[in-house]
Amino acid sequence: MSNDVNDGRRRLLTTVTTGVGLAGATALAVPLVASMKPSARALAAGAPVEVDIEDLAPGQMKVVEWRGKPVWILRRDKAMLADLEKVVSELSDPDSAVAEQQPVYAQNATRSIRPDVLVVLGVCTHLGCAPTKNFETGAPSGLGDDWVGGFFCPCHGSKFDLSGRVFKNVPAPTNLVVPPHSYVADNRILIGVDEGSAA
Amino acid sequence: MSLINWIDDRFPLTKVWNEHLAQYYAPKNFNFWYYFGGLAVVVLVLQIVTGIILTMHYKPDSTLAFASVEYIMRDVPAGWFVRYLHGVGASMFFVVVYMHMFRGLMYGSYRNPRELIWILGMVIYVALMAEAFFGYLLPWGNMSYWGAQVIISLFGALPVIGEPLAEWIRGDFVVSDATLNRFFAFHVILLPLLLSLLVYLHIVALHKVGSNNPDGVEIKKNKDKDGNPVDGIPFHPYYTVKDTFGIAVFMTIFLAIVFFVPELGGWFLEKDNFAPADILQTPPDIVPLWYLTPYYSILRAVTFEWLPGGAKVWGVIAMGAAIVMFFFLPWLDRAKVRSIRYRGWMFKTALTIFVVTFVMLGFLGTKNPDHIDLFFFKNVIWAQIGLVLYFAFFFLMPIYTKLDRTKPEPDRVG
Amino acid sequence: MRISTIKLLPLIAILISPTAMSAGGGNENLDSAYINLSDKVSLRKGAHTFVNYCLSCHEASFMRYDRMARDLEIDDATLRENLMFASTKPGDLMKVNMSAEDAKAWFGVKPPDLSLTARSRGPDWIYTYMRSFYRDESTTTGWNNTLYPNVAMPHILYEWQGMRTAQFETGGTGTKQLAGYEQLTPGTMDDRQYDDAMRDLTNFMVYLAEPAKMVRYKIGFWVMLFMLVFIGLAYALKKEYWRDVH
Repeated sequence: MSNDVNDGRRRLLTTVTTGVGLAGATALAVPLVASMKPSARALAAGAPVEVDIEDLAPGQMKVVEWRGKPVWILRRDKAMLADLEKVVSELSDPDSAVAEQQPVYAQNATRSIRPDVLVVLGVCTHLGCAPTKNFETGAPSGLGDDWVGGFFCPCHGSKFDLSGRVFKNVPAPTNLVVPPHSYVADNRILIGVDEGSAA
Repeated sequence: MSLINWIDDRFPLTKVWNEHLAQYYAPKNFNFWYYFGGLAVVVLVLQIVTGIILTMHYKPDSTLAFASVEYIMRDVPAGWFVRYLHGVGASMFFVVVYMHMFRGLMYGSYRNPRELIWILGMVIYVALMAEAFFGYLLPWGNMSYWGAQVIISLFGALPVIGEPLAEWIRGDFVVSDATLNRFFAFHVILLPLLLSLLVYLHIVALHKVGSNNPDGVEIKKNKDKDGNPVDGIPFHPYYTVKDTFGIAVFMTIFLAIVFFVPELGGWFLEKDNFAPADILQTPPDIVPLWYLTPYYSILRAVTFEWLPGGAKVWGVIAMGAAIVMFFFLPWLDRAKVRSIRYRGWMFKTALTIFVVTFVMLGFLGTKNPDHIDLFFFKNVIWAQIGLVLYFAFFFLMPIYTKLDRTKPEPDRVG
Repeated sequence: MRISTIKLLPLIAILISPTAMSAGGGNENLDSAYINLSDKVSLRKGAHTFVNYCLSCHEASFMRYDRMARDLEIDDATLRENLMFASTKPGDLMKVNMSAEDAKAWFGVKPPDLSLTARSRGPDWIYTYMRSFYRDESTTTGWNNTLYPNVAMPHILYEWQGMRTAQFETGGTGTKQLAGYEQLTPGTMDDRQYDDAMRDLTNFMVYLAEPAKMVRYKIGFWVMLFMLVFIGLAYALKKEYWRDVH
């Protein structure tokens, strides 16, 4: 073995080569890891969905699918809208203060763009079950005399009002999610796209 | 207490590091031909990693497979890159392995005391060919389908057990969805596990006796006062650093192909396979990929119907024998010296002829036997000449290696 | 590094044999298509032809409209108006509504999916094929093709190329050979224009068969640059450590 080993040079070369080598290995790994991201097929399947509510009568609800989840479109009648104020004291988040649960334009009492039409994801915010609708008022609803209508989740008993707002003292922590949506015509809703932008 | 100490109390980490890397002494005269073992491990890892990613998107169903490959090529982010790495990787695996085997032939690495390393290596070679064969059906292209059909029907040629065997392999009367699904299982789980185990055993066997070298000299015969071979150097850092350079050059060539010519003119990705499997339309020329063509050539060279049982059976036997011959190499070679550097003209000539023959057979395996693609004779005649020369290399070896006038093997590495 | 002849022989063997380079078959006389994927104008013209004439019978079922628009730099409005007739969502695959049964009934065979034709047959084949149709009263469609005799496909673009017949002669080996074409009625394009249109179509089909081609050469260039730097560093490192040995 030769004695004039330049340790400094050796260390420098080793460090630089290792660094460049690791950079290269990372550059190779990046596309491999990226390949696990949603593919064009997944993105296409998650594309916006257009819904026609021309034939939706007051008090009726329509269900469509967007990104694999059920979307409820409920045209609330006058009585339903009036009842929204009655339950405010029983709600956890009546003013929709938790920002992630709805776009800015749905941060109101009706949680919607048009006061009568509710667009909300039918996914319970507790553990993801699909709640059932219960628009009967009073005792016949099976949810007590004070029930003015809303949604009931059979899995663990969470309750939501006719704006999808969560009641107090139930397992679900937050209001039902309002997806980005916009009106492309008077009675046509595009789910997945905010006004003036793409989701 | 340091982390290393904590681990060492529970696991032979430092011991393995020293015995197999930092204080594993390898001959100092490794040359170009000694890169390929390490490169083979690199390619194996690459194939497994890219293979796992492909498995996330590929569908092993005859109605979905072809489309799922195009899904990978177009819809999966960087999917085309992963697919090309895997396909080019398969061919590069064989380039590397053939170079690695050629090194063994040149320097006598198969000889005592390394016979078991050689045998394990040959089992790896066979397993690799099986892995490639199973993998090739998966894209469910037209060549995939018909290639599998032809090769499996070869097994059907074997007397008595042939047809039941072919049916058992296929899981059906023809190559079908059942075949595809099980080939997927073989390609993704069975053979990768087997290959990984065999490679591990191959390296364990190597480290037991130590590496050979271009001069064929046993470095363990001359040790210094510390007990280390005087002609040896610790694998780490000398060969880790040299292999890094080798890997850099190899990956450059590899990636150049992946980015610029992934099909390599049809050698790595065949044109016919860009059309989906069609049971009504056989491609005009059914050929396996280049790395299997030498054996395909030998198979087709046996055209003598007067043989008992017919030509087909003997073709299959000849093809099998061609591979099996390699296993006997350690015992066919009777020379007094190990490396080609000290052998006489007979072995050098024989090896040259063997290599040229192997390449010629490979080339002929891609062509129509009735055409004339070399000169004068039809391809099938040249293939028959090749077959004779191929087997002569092995059968005559005990004779010409004994007769050969060798030079005295040195004590120390040149 | 001492390179003995033995080591060079395999390389020589491969290089000497010119036919070793052509792994595909094909002894047809094909015209060269001169593909240029950086010519986006050409690709867009080709896309227009493809969508308006081919997509009614053939599918391109592995390509999505929005991917094509993105790669060819076509804006959303143009895409929807001019290039989307069978779907309303740009994310959809370019499929057709013709069922396989109908196709077989009308043509005898389902028109093949064209997504990968440029890779399985090659651009030169497509370019030649689209310019090889001629009138032939003996076939069911009244059309035939010198590159693909008795093809079930009629000449879709005959309005552009016009109608012509083909003359054959018996060649030296006794095989029928094409002597020439004779124009019966003119088309809206002359030969040069039609050839250009077919080149654009072929260009598009090469893109269609492998959209990744649009990016992989560029990425490859940078990768090569990086690798050369890394080779240099790795070599210097090796040399440095190996000064110890000898």
